[in-house]
Amino acid sequence: MKKYSIFSLVRNAVSYHERWSEAWRSPEPKGAYEVVIVGGGGHGLATAYYLAKEHGITNVAVVEKGWLGLGNTGRNTTIIRSNYLWDESAHLYEKSLQLYEGLSQELNFNIMLSQRGCLNLAHNQHDLRQLSRRVNAIRLNGIDSEILTAGQIKALVPILNCSPTARYPVLGGSLQRRGGTARHDAVAWAFARAADARGVDIIQNCEVTGIRRDGGRVTGVETTKGLIKAGKVGVVVAGHASVLAEMVGLRLPIESHPLQALVSEPIKPVLDTVVMSAAVHVYLSQSDKGELVLGAGIDSYNSYAQRGSLPIIEHMLAACVDLFPIVSRLRMLRQWAGIVDVCPDASPIVGKTPVEGFYVNFGWGTGGFKATPGSGWVFAYTIAQDRPHPLNEPFSLERFHTGYLVDEHGAAGVAH
Amino acid sequence: MLLIPCPWCGPRDETEFSCGGEGHIPRPADPAALTDPEWADYLFMRKNPKGVHTERWVHSQGCRRWFNVARHTVSHEILAVYKMGEPPPETGADSKQNRT
Ligand SMILES: Cc1cc2nc3c(=O)[nH]c(=O)nc-3n(C[C@H](O)[C@H](O)[C@H](O)COP(=O)(O)OP(=O)(O)OC[C@H]3O[C@@H](n4cnc5c(N)ncnc54)[C@H](O)[C@@H]3O)c2cc1C
Ligand SMILES: [Zn+2]
Repeated sequence: MKKYSIFSLVRNAVSYHERWSEAWRSPEPKGAYEVVIVGGGGHGLATAYYLAKEHGITNVAVVEKGWLGLGNTGRNTTIIRSNYLWDESAHLYEKSLQLYEGLSQELNFNIMLSQRGCLNLAHNQHDLRQLSRRVNAIRLNGIDSEILTAGQIKALVPILNCSPTARYPVLGGSLQRRGGTARHDAVAWAFARAADARGVDIIQNCEVTGIRRDGGRVTGVETTKGLIKAGKVGVVVAGHASVLAEMVGLRLPIESHPLQALVSEPIKPVLDTVVMSAAVHVYLSQSDKGELVLGAGIDSYNSYAQRGSLPIIEHMLAACVDLFPIVSRLRMLRQWAGIVDVCPDASPIVGKTPVEGFYVNFGWGTGGFKATPGSGWVFAYTIAQDRPHPLNEPFSLERFHTGYLVDEHGAAGVAH
Repeated sequence: MLLIPCPWCGPRDETEFSCGGEGHIPRPADPAALTDPEWADYLFMRKNPKGVHTERWVHSQGCRRWFNVARHTVSHEILAVYKMGEPPPETGADSKQNRT
């Protein structure tokens, strides 16, 4: 791997940036691997990287049906935070945030982590009580979080409509200062490059169409590029979770829904934090290019079409215009959707399955970008050791049998 | 935007309806006899097919009645609308992705 630095930047500037070497190889699949990861999103690539780095397992392929990171990894609104209510989630998401904090250095790739803070608004007394309870729980887990008054919020976000006669008055809020954003593509590319450097084969445009088994054990994957034998298979396919599970006759508590986002035309800096309102389902941030990035909710019905419906956007924008009046004068440049894998308790499933050597990692739904490094880290452990790490043990498929659900619907209430 | 043909009111905009999720999930006949995994299957496990999905909808802003819809989850095409209690019609659904 050629190291990226100020010197390589200068050297390549001289040749008009036309001679950068490729960031990863694009090999044809070998006949067999120790581990095959299905799904080349951030989580799959992170898993491959940590398998190589933490567990010395480098005979690994990541098999992706399209291009790297063009699933939800490249479609999300890039919000990162770890302010989850329950201990189980708090520990997992906090592990991920801590990994994010060192990631640019570790992977020698600028993922543009910007810890600009994540603000959640309260619009009524009930919101305020809920946020206070959550902040207390989060702080007991040693994670930063604080309550802000309406006055502090007005000072932090001047474009917010804090008038007492607003349709959605702002009574207060909670802030995680270590929260923020990172560049989503860069996270996928950085993990891909670092995994490749450790010997992982990244195979794009190769769809897994079947899972080979012998008795109760997995033996390989059938793909559009032929059969690839594998000692172990890790499935990290987000919205396509049920499709892959069906291949081994596994039923999942997951349903796939479109989740949408929009960006506006670029404007001068007006917002230097992330603002979310669970009650009216709006969240926005401003990108480095100046665009406002706005997130909407999911369509209520199941879908695998990567497009959402207009009523969802209208609903979100109506509330947004009231909260941030300047938005009414902005034109929206782009709108898109990703297919998110929603679990009944809004928590992921990361662990083993009844099929030996067949591991799953999905159900991150509307909010798994923030979990990318942590998810890869615990999943690599689970695959390498054939048992879950204590951090992902509570997130087994069996929790739906025991009833030990980790209900995080209120983690911030909004989808991201 | 979906145009949903309510069996009682005719075609109306999607925004008048609420989606009730997967249809044809019968309540267990003898709940006390169920094991934990069987309960989990009834309560949580869903088909979530990439293909034809039979689901329940309610015309919340109209006649407020429930009915079944067979809809393709990639094209969103509505292939059939039928009343509660009626069996799902033949829609040419991929049987593998649509087992009951
Ligand atoms: C609009 C939107 C906004 C979001 N905002 C946020 C946010 O602000 N913060 C946050 O934390 N999360 C957010 N999320 C959620 C987040 O994007 C996802 O949880 C996360 O990116 C999932 O990563 P992944 O690697 O598991 O999935 P993906 O990136 O979707 O990767 C899965 C990959 O599997 C591949 N695949 C599927 N089937 C096969 C097959 N048969 N063979 C081979 N490959 C296959 C797909 O092509 C895909 O590339 C948002 C999501 C959306 C859609
Ligand atoms: Zn009706």
